[in-house]
Amino acid sequence: MQEVQGEKTGKTKKERTPMPEQPAEERRKNFNEVTLGYTKEDALAEASRCLACKDPKCVEGCPVNVDIPGFIQLICEENFEGAIEKIKATNALPAICGRVCPQETQCEARCVLGKKSQPVAIGRLERFCADYELVKGVEAPEVMPPTGQKVAVVGSGPAGLTAAADLAKLGHKVTIFESLHRAGGVLSYGIPEFRLPKEIVRQEVEYIKKLGVDVKPNYIIGRIKTLDELCDDFDAVFLGTGAGLPNFMRIEGENLNGVYSANEFLTRVNLMKAYDPEYDTTVRHGKHVVVVGGGNVAMDAARSALRLGADEVSIVYRRGEDEMPARREEVEHAKEEGITFRLLTNPIRIHGDEKFNITGVECIKMELGEPDKSGRRSPVPVEGSGFLIPADVVIIAIGTSPNPIIFKGSEGLEQNRRGTVVADEETGATSKCGVFAGGDVVTGAATVISAMGAGKKAAKAIDAFLKEK
Amino acid sequence: MAYRILEKEEIAPSVHRMVIDAPDVAKAAKAGQFIILRIDERGERVPLTIADFEEEKGTVTVIFQEMGKTTKQLAKLSAGDSLEDLVGPLGTPADIRKLGTVILVGGGVGVAPIYPQAKAYTGAGNRVISIIGARNKDLLILEDDMEKASSELYIATDDGSKGHHGFVTDIMKRILDSGEKVARVVIIGPPIMMKVGAGVASPYDVEILVSLNSIMVDGTGMCGGCRVTVGGETKFTCVDGPEFDARKVDFVQLMNRLAMYRGEEAKAVEKYEEECRCGLH
Ligand SMILES: Cc1cc2nc3c(=O)[nH]c(=O)nc-3n(C[C@H](O)[C@H](O)[C@H](O)COP(=O)(O)OP(=O)(O)OC[C@H]3O[C@@H](n4cnc5c(N)ncnc54)[C@H](O)[C@@H]3O)c2cc1C
Ligand SMILES: Cc1cc2nc3c(=O)[nH]c(=O)nc-3n(C[C@H](O)[C@H](O)[C@H](O)COP(=O)(O)OP(=O)(O)OC[C@H]3O[C@@H](n4cnc5c(N)ncnc54)[C@H](O)[C@@H]3O)c2cc1C
Ligand code: SF4
Ligand code: SF4
Ligand code: FES
Ligand SMILES: [Mg+2]
Repeated sequence: MQEVQGEKTGKTKKERTPMPEQPAEERRKNFNEVTLGYTKEDALAEASRCLACKDPKCVEGCPVNVDIPGFIQLICEENFEGAIEKIKATNALPAICGRVCPQETQCEARCVLGKKSQPVAIGRLERFCADYELVKGVEAPEVMPPTGQKVAVVGSGPAGLTAAADLAKLGHKVTIFESLHRAGGVLSYGIPEFRLPKEIVRQEVEYIKKLGVDVKPNYIIGRIKTLDELCDDFDAVFLGTGAGLPNFMRIEGENLNGVYSANEFLTRVNLMKAYDPEYDTTVRHGKHVVVVGGGNVAMDAARSALRLGADEVSIVYRRGEDEMPARREEVEHAKEEGITFRLLTNPIRIHGDEKFNITGVECIKMELGEPDKSGRRSPVPVEGSGFLIPADVVIIAIGTSPNPIIFKGSEGLEQNRRGTVVADEETGATSKCGVFAGGDVVTGAATVISAMGAGKKAAKAIDAFLKEK
Repeated sequence: MAYRILEKEEIAPSVHRMVIDAPDVAKAAKAGQFIILRIDERGERVPLTIADFEEEKGTVTVIFQEMGKTTKQLAKLSAGDSLEDLVGPLGTPADIRKLGTVILVGGGVGVAPIYPQAKAYTGAGNRVISIIGARNKDLLILEDDMEKASSELYIATDDGSKGHHGFVTDIMKRILDSGEKVARVVIIGPPIMMKVGAGVASPYDVEILVSLNSIMVDGTGMCGGCRVTVGGETKFTCVDGPEFDARKVDFVQLMNRLAMYRGEEAKAVEKYEEECRCGLH
């Protein structure tokens, strides 16, 4: 391992310990996890890089303020059980967060080591501890005596799972209602197996059941029961219904056969395992696939299409690489696997044949203009730069909004123009008494950890609300 | 969680009626809605209309035709077996009000979704003229039930083995021509029949509704796979429908989208039947 001189302290600082992973050539043909996880030696080496700062900036960067130097110190002492306990004090889903948090903009972005060299690999260490515990088997913690109060949690994504776990630990009787046949939200239907093995999600759900939470799949609020009826049956309600309604571009040819929303494509492939011939799910295995968008969802769709056997997969994104909202690691992995990036490019029309099948995507080149409200430079089309990308599958991954089905037949829940629920940032309280909300349904599409954080805050507020009731 | 099959019978060649224990769904169901079921862990999600529901017994009834792998596999199940998943009620309920005279047209298994509507329209105080049809008299379903649920019932068969020799739409046209004031026509059946029916009824001063059967996955508005063009706008059949104004539906697009997986579907049936022959199922 290469050693570099630490500047002020004069201490020798090693380089960041690399993550063992499947070689790109191999993994582009399978759905097994890409990153293999640190060995004990890797974890000890990486943990020893942490300076155990007195005023740890990394903790401020984490939305749930995991005691990072605290747990890393315990790793150094080879007390992995203590380390996972420390993480779990604030983060209920470390095996998931360690894998999917955008660390480069959160905890690791603030690590002091990052100024001069590379930050401590906090996410990888977190995952190491969590995986250590999963192998050992997770024991259900003690639950407080029953309060006799009932809470309904709608949606089983990270927000709902976290809120349910915390409320159950406090002795409340929690029921989760989930519209799909499997719990987990985006963790189950969206994020692919090769990035987040479904076995991990299953174990997290099992853990929550062990706490006494009743999980009801195939149960749509707004269809079987309205939100109002739920309010009558329960003492409080938490809405963690996410942002699952796919946006389309409204361009010509968008309803041709072979055009998918990323939600549909990923649901068919992940939740319904279309990649496994033993499953009945159908999906188009494209030879030339075009994915529109620059976020995690686009990367996941592109890499899934590649694994289904595509010869060529391109990401078409209207801004530049720096503007891509995807996790850095996913972009790097996608490149290694051979995904083509067509940046500053925007689709304007999808072409098809007489049988209604896609033949190609007509695109136009873009250039970056003045910064827009979000501070990002907004792209503007370059006149006369149109060109055609041959394609037989097109996947649209340009964002999602909250699914309005939950609001059917009930009243009094304030929403803003984008369809998100208006909720207090600290408590999750909505305009409807006894109804709290958090996660993507409040913020619009965001991150696992922010949804979890919102679930935690809401659980605390719901507990206080129930005590006053 | 398992959904038990309480009754199962073959009501016409390759057409089956199945009563399933699903109390939550039965309680909330309304005419015009459907469910999505999954037979087992490896199964696909298939939508079927709620052909009947009984709140007190906690049951929903579906009537399905053997089409491909999943419906053939479903047909092999019997009372006492269970389904892995069943979700519903899905879709916007049919807009049933007192309108006066309503013509309900059902073709093939399309009679199954017409039946709860006949009951509901009659219950709402309408005069219900029902027209049901099939290729031949053996394939005709729910004749007695439809008779009871309607003010008048007409039958058409393609081969003339029962009732009018010809199409259901011929009878519909005759009634519309008779000058009787009809407020609404509801046509449910294979897309081509709905397209033709909509064409025949279009010139008349009558509201025409069809219930679309786009390919679905979740049935909650989450995937967009069920999208159809209605009046130039993209709609999601599972939440905005399944009923739409027939005059505005792009039937050609619907039919093309329904053909999207024909190749894979044919292979799946072939594989399944081969396995059946080998005694694997
Ligand atoms: C493909 C993809 C990749 C992503 N990658 C990352 C990543 O790498 N890192 C990261 O931090 N974030 C990532 N995200 C974002 C992250 O997954 C979400 O921000 C997070 O899952 C939001 O959590 P949630 O609990 O609010 O909602 P969701 O996870 O969306 O869960 C909501 C659940 O509610 C259910 N539901 C909705 N309506 C109803 C109803 N009426 N009745 C009953 N149930 C209902 C839904 O079926 C769903 O299961 C990704 C998202 C996608 C789609
Ligand atoms: C709202 C709705 C209500 C329906 N109600 C009934 C009903 O009451 N009785 C009945 O017999 N059929 C009904 N259908 C059609 C039924 O879902 C299909 O026949 C069934 O999915 C075929 O599955 P398969 O595997 O047996 O055949 P396949 O060989 O897989 O498919 C045969 C044809 O059915 C269509 N189809 C395939 N998969 C789906 C899917 N996931 N969703 C919708 N269509 C699909 C395609 O056009 C395909 O070519 C309904 C469909 C919808 C959308
Ligand atoms: S939860 Fe996410 S942001 Fe917080 S420390 Fe862990 S990986 Fe970093
Ligand atoms: S900022 Fe970096 S070095 Fe300091 S405690 Fe956090 S992880 Fe360790
Ligand atoms: S079936 Fe997925 S949106 Fe309609
Ligand atoms: Mg099928």
